[in-house]
Amino acid sequence: MTGARLELIELGKNFRGLRAVHDVSFTVPAGAIHALIGPNGAGKTTIFNMIAGVYRPNAGTVTLDGRVISGQRPDQVCAAGVGRTFQLVKPFKGLSVLENVTVGALHRHRDLDTARQNAEVILTQLGLHDRRHHLAESLTLPDRKRLEVARALATEPRLLLLDEVMAGLRPTEVDVMVAFLRDLNARTGLTILLIEHVMRAVMALAAEVVVVSYGEKIAHGSPQEISRNPAVLDVYLGEEDAA
Amino acid sequence: MTIHRRLLSGVAPRILWMLMGLLALLIAAPYFIDKYALSVLILILYFAYVGQAWNIMMGFAGELSLGHALYAGLGGYVAAGLFTHYGLGPWAGVFAAAAAAALAGAIVGYLGFRFSLAGVYFALLTIAFGEFTRIAFDHLDWFGGSAGLFLKVDVAPNPFDLRGGPVLFYYVILALAAAAFVLSRLLLESRLGRYWLAIREDAEAAQAVGVPVLRYKLMAVMISAALTSLAGVWNAFYYNNLFPETAFGIGRSIEITLAPIIGGLGTLFGPIVGAVVLTGMGEAFTSLGDTLGIPGIKQIFYGLALLIIVMYRPAGIWPWLSERLGLGERPR
Repeated sequence: MTGARLELIELGKNFRGLRAVHDVSFTVPAGAIHALIGPNGAGKTTIFNMIAGVYRPNAGTVTLDGRVISGQRPDQVCAAGVGRTFQLVKPFKGLSVLENVTVGALHRHRDLDTARQNAEVILTQLGLHDRRHHLAESLTLPDRKRLEVARALATEPRLLLLDEVMAGLRPTEVDVMVAFLRDLNARTGLTILLIEHVMRAVMALAAEVVVVSYGEKIAHGSPQEISRNPAVLDVYLGEEDAA
Repeated sequence: MTIHRRLLSGVAPRILWMLMGLLALLIAAPYFIDKYALSVLILILYFAYVGQAWNIMMGFAGELSLGHALYAGLGGYVAAGLFTHYGLGPWAGVFAAAAAAALAGAIVGYLGFRFSLAGVYFALLTIAFGEFTRIAFDHLDWFGGSAGLFLKVDVAPNPFDLRGGPVLFYYVILALAAAAFVLSRLLLESRLGRYWLAIREDAEAAQAVGVPVLRYKLMAVMISAALTSLAGVWNAFYYNNLFPETAFGIGRSIEITLAPIIGGLGTLFGPIVGAVVLTGMGEAFTSLGDTLGIPGIKQIFYGLALLIIVMYRPAGIWPWLSERLGLGERPR
């Protein structure tokens, strides 16, 4: 399993006249980890939803390894190799933790036993194996975030979209998640794009950072460059997250 | 995974023995119970069967249909029409019946799901389709119109044309109920079943992990509709008459939903337990009403009993009962 190259070309989205995203272009090379940051309401999740097939862009295209994926349904985008988590976690509440991840694994493995075995491996990696028979609704928020990642990984993606999976985690838990993602990326070459407010994680993981504000890309560069960029500082002025 | 494993994996041997024992008892039942008891058993099995069929759509895939009489009625009318007009026996006619019901299910489902009618609004759509099919059948002369369609009863018993007494119909509905139970288990222990549960829990999340939601919802409706139509065929040949008012009536639709709701939505035993409890209660309150000589007392008690069960066991009787018995089938 190797990573795929993600390219956004002049992507735009309007909601009834409200310009949510305008002319956003950037590339995440195969096997890279990039971050997408910006103030609340900047359009980060809208960009994710256009990549994942939830929204159809009004302008521009999204390609995965050169193949256009924008405009396809979410399940087709998943089949093309994109896994995603939801900012507001969406576990299958009435199913066990194991069944949640098994549903993801069924995407590439029709057989229930095989899918379940794969799910167990992923749960072990994410430290959820001892809770595999609990109902998903009984999990704490950090565990639900982990479950989101596990379920997305079970579909064996070549690009992983992570929408604020560190939010609500304690600093030590953030470090564990960062270590896991870095190891996963090193091991499999999986491409990762993360939306994140937790700068500790962004700095530790991302080779490059894309900054959006009011639906437009205002900066793109290494974490060090970004943290010195006047336009970025201006946007974040007064926000403690920017520290 | 083999069919054998799908059917039996994780099932405790004592549950299997209990089921085999129950089946053996039911097979032997006509030889030692009287006519009345047999008619009650037939009712129980009928509701267990249609409940199982409805449960696939609501309990597994999470789509509320309050118009399942549409599929039962269509099935009955198609098979009875073919038999009356062309002499085509129900064992062949049932395929046409199932196809018609599945097609109707596909139409209702497609309209509902394609335009994202959720929950109550989808349920209203299913009611609407049942109602206007009822009105249409009032005017379809080929099916007898509002005067009804009657099957010939003055013929020699012939199992191949489903002509015979209650015992014949008892065994047919027993076979159907047992088969529906096994089929539900097989469906649940497959990718299809797991995808249904995922859709029921969160359709958006399911689609994000690669589930083509529309297609899987349609499959649930079509399978559920086709299975329900078999009960309609059975019903038509058992009672030998069909009227649009009853065959497509909202009452028929509601009674299909009761056993799985009372027994436990999304469980395999729920529809069966619900059918036993509801039919038992119905018969008990009928005889109570006869004894007291107060008309309508049955309906009042029946309604009250339903109310109490739904209030105190909202997940249904079976999840609570199985916990008590240490069998532990959780609602899925």
